[in-house]
Amino acid sequence: MKILVTVKRVTDYERKVKISPDGLSLVTEGMNFVPNPFDEIAVEEALRLQKAHGGEVVVISIGHKDASKEIRQALAMGADRGIHVIAEELDPDAVARLLMKIVEEEKPELVIMGKQATDDDANQAGQLLAGYLGWPQATFASKVEGLDSEAEKAQTPGVVIAGGEATVIREIDGGLETLKLKLPAIVTTDLRLNHPRFASLPGIMKAKKKPIKEVPVASFGVDITPKVRNVKYAEPPARKAGVKVADVAELVNKLKTEAKVI
Amino acid sequence: MVAQPKPTLEAVEEQLLPGAGFLLHEAASKEIFTAERFSDEHKAFYKTAVDFVEKQVVPRHKDIEHKVDGVMPDLLRKAGELGFHMVDIPEAFGGLGLDKTTTCLVSEALARQGSFSVAIGAHNGIGMLPLVFFGSDELKKEWLPKFADASVIGAYALTEPGSGSDALAAKTTAVLSEDGKHWVLNGSKMWITNGHIADVFTVFAKIDGKKFSAFLVPAKTPGLSIGREEPKMGIRGSSTTALSFDNVKVPKENLLGEEGKGHKIAFNILNMGRLRLGVAVMGGCKMILSVATKYAKERKQFGQSLSEFRIIQQKLADMAVATYCGESTSYRTTGSVDAATAKAKDSPNLAQKLVDAIEEYNIEASIMKVSGSEALDYIADEAVQIHGGYGYSEEYAVECAYRDSRINRIFEGTNEINRMLIPGTILKRAMKGQLDIMPVTQEIQESLHRAASPVPQQGTGPLAEEQQLAELVRKATVYTLGTAAMKLMTELEKEQEQLTMLADMIIDAYTIDTVVRRAMQAQNETNEKAAALHRLFAKVAAVEIYDRAMARARRIVVELFPDADQYTRFMELKRLHLDVTAPVVVLKRQIAEAVIEADGYPLSYV
Repeated sequence: MKILVTVKRVTDYERKVKISPDGLSLVTEGMNFVPNPFDEIAVEEALRLQKAHGGEVVVISIGHKDASKEIRQALAMGADRGIHVIAEELDPDAVARLLMKIVEEEKPELVIMGKQATDDDANQAGQLLAGYLGWPQATFASKVEGLDSEAEKAQTPGVVIAGGEATVIREIDGGLETLKLKLPAIVTTDLRLNHPRFASLPGIMKAKKKPIKEVPVASFGVDITPKVRNVKYAEPPARKAGVKVADVAELVNKLKTEAKVI
Repeated sequence: MVAQPKPTLEAVEEQLLPGAGFLLHEAASKEIFTAERFSDEHKAFYKTAVDFVEKQVVPRHKDIEHKVDGVMPDLLRKAGELGFHMVDIPEAFGGLGLDKTTTCLVSEALARQGSFSVAIGAHNGIGMLPLVFFGSDELKKEWLPKFADASVIGAYALTEPGSGSDALAAKTTAVLSEDGKHWVLNGSKMWITNGHIADVFTVFAKIDGKKFSAFLVPAKTPGLSIGREEPKMGIRGSSTTALSFDNVKVPKENLLGEEGKGHKIAFNILNMGRLRLGVAVMGGCKMILSVATKYAKERKQFGQSLSEFRIIQQKLADMAVATYCGESTSYRTTGSVDAATAKAKDSPNLAQKLVDAIEEYNIEASIMKVSGSEALDYIADEAVQIHGGYGYSEEYAVECAYRDSRINRIFEGTNEINRMLIPGTILKRAMKGQLDIMPVTQEIQESLHRAASPVPQQGTGPLAEEQQLAELVRKATVYTLGTAAMKLMTELEKEQEQLTMLADMIIDAYTIDTVVRRAMQAQNETNEKAAALHRLFAKVAAVEIYDRAMARARRIVVELFPDADQYTRFMELKRLHLDVTAPVVVLKRQIAEAVIEADGYPLSYV
């Protein structure tokens, strides 16, 4: 089974991001970059499915030329080869339409993507891609047994593939939903699907020799003019300090008069 | 972001200095290996090691420290699954055969948990390397795959109750059995790391009570008994025991290297151990600095965070500068060893070439060991101080870090032994004609009597003054060392107090040379923000090193020349005086700002 996985290069979520003085972009100089954590889960799931069903895992990144580092990391985890579309920052729609071209060429049976990237948290590319391809989709894939389960310890995939169908447990408000999809299909991953493996040292050495095909974005003939425009970045408002109340009466009074919630 | 393609190890190879060569050439003038020149693989290895230790090791801190049964072997096996024990195993024996920079980078990352760091070092460092470097092919084939996945855990047994620093005075004996098939070992060993969890020991013993040699001894061999766990001040999660040998029979083939050549094994493994320890302590420094910085930001007194007080800021800056110095000398040295062996990578003689290269840079390894372990002790101490009363409580990480730190000044050769070795080895090489200290001393002495400045400032670059300071320190160091050697000749060996001060001058000369050169190189190899930090670190380190080096030089002259020569020596030294105007306090505030912003050491590899 051929599986396509996407990996986005994002700013390190453990570092504080800074907004440029004009408020139109984020400062990237001196910033650390890491693979989008949801995408690492996608890579892990693809590798587990490959172990169970054989086939090939192809990693795609669309973005900065240095994103080859994030592809290389997925290859070090065990993926077979990479495709790197070198482009400036794109909106999710452009990404979905570029991915559609790659899917048409590669003809995978499954595309696994992080449900969103931790930089802009758009949560759109997977759904848009499914729409453009006319493929079934299961977003927010999760593991019903949970991350402390024996199934997870045995590295069992959460997505079940059988008889040309994928069964996916997904997280919805207040519960879980089970979907059966006809392959080929799109799956996007949530946090509770698996624990991604570490890239082992021999894996890192092997990854050096695995191929990464670099493709300039222009070669796809896709109009990548953004449909989404960034108007302004702003820090979240600082949280006001709390106050201590002496008794319940004062609390009720404040909830009525100040917070106006009761 | 990056102005030009990064120079590779080849740039270092071309200008590589021999061991202690930094004393003989203009300071900061040669290409050196630095963290800025790590390859993508180096960074990926480091990241895997950091992820592993943070997600698998640190969460089990309490179990490790209480020596819960099976925890440490389990973690060593998990480390094996990721390939950490394969780094130093040659490819021919199923390993990865990677460079020493990788060995050390992984050690640095794994040092975030002290007990684990020591246990893994005893396994795949001092426990395994005697086999890698000196074992027969049969022994390697049999044992190395088991070391690689930690199905067998290793340990190193050199020290005895009566012989610590004086390792060659060991009393354990080995006698060939009557049928000639076995060695029979008798004696005892002390402070053996991994004692309780090890499956095989590298044991040093004297054949017929004379020929110092090394043997591979399986732990289950009859007659070998393992003592109780030693209750220790720190690294409590690591196993430390005595061993006793009562007619322990090991196959004749388990001799490592040649009969009577055990000292070569012992000293070379210690050299490698020092290289690795020097880097590993940097991992500790960074971890502790981060904990202390976060605490200083959170803790409020007099209505403001501790990190807003300048006295605390200065501590954070000093801790960061000490870390920068150690990190710089560490990776320069591992890079030198790698550059010296780069051409031998596919040679069948690689093991011997590695041993030679590690011996070539043993002075630098001692420097790393001494200055790194003392930086860690200093940083752990200040971190406790920043925590105040809470730092004295077991509930806070710095309490454990403070206790764990202390052993580093003791094992792998005490810092006192290493301080004797630094000038001692230089002078020995000078006597043998391998190092031109004496001619260079004379040149420097002559330059001090000329009218022109002995060290004029070169150019106007951002680090021109620091380069000048580094050259002044180098000249002062060689001048003092050479003059002392000429006056006392072989008697200098007895002047341990002077040798200690000379060792400190040599440590400083290597450090200032390295940090200034690193900062110069970094100007073209990093982004502007990082480049500015490199300048700050190099400036502060250079000024402080210069001040103390000149004070030490004067002190040594006072002690060694109580006669008429003293005045001449003072006058000569005065020619190396420079009025340094850099405002160190202000620079440290800027460093502290960067530390506070980054929640710890502000430069990162990835």
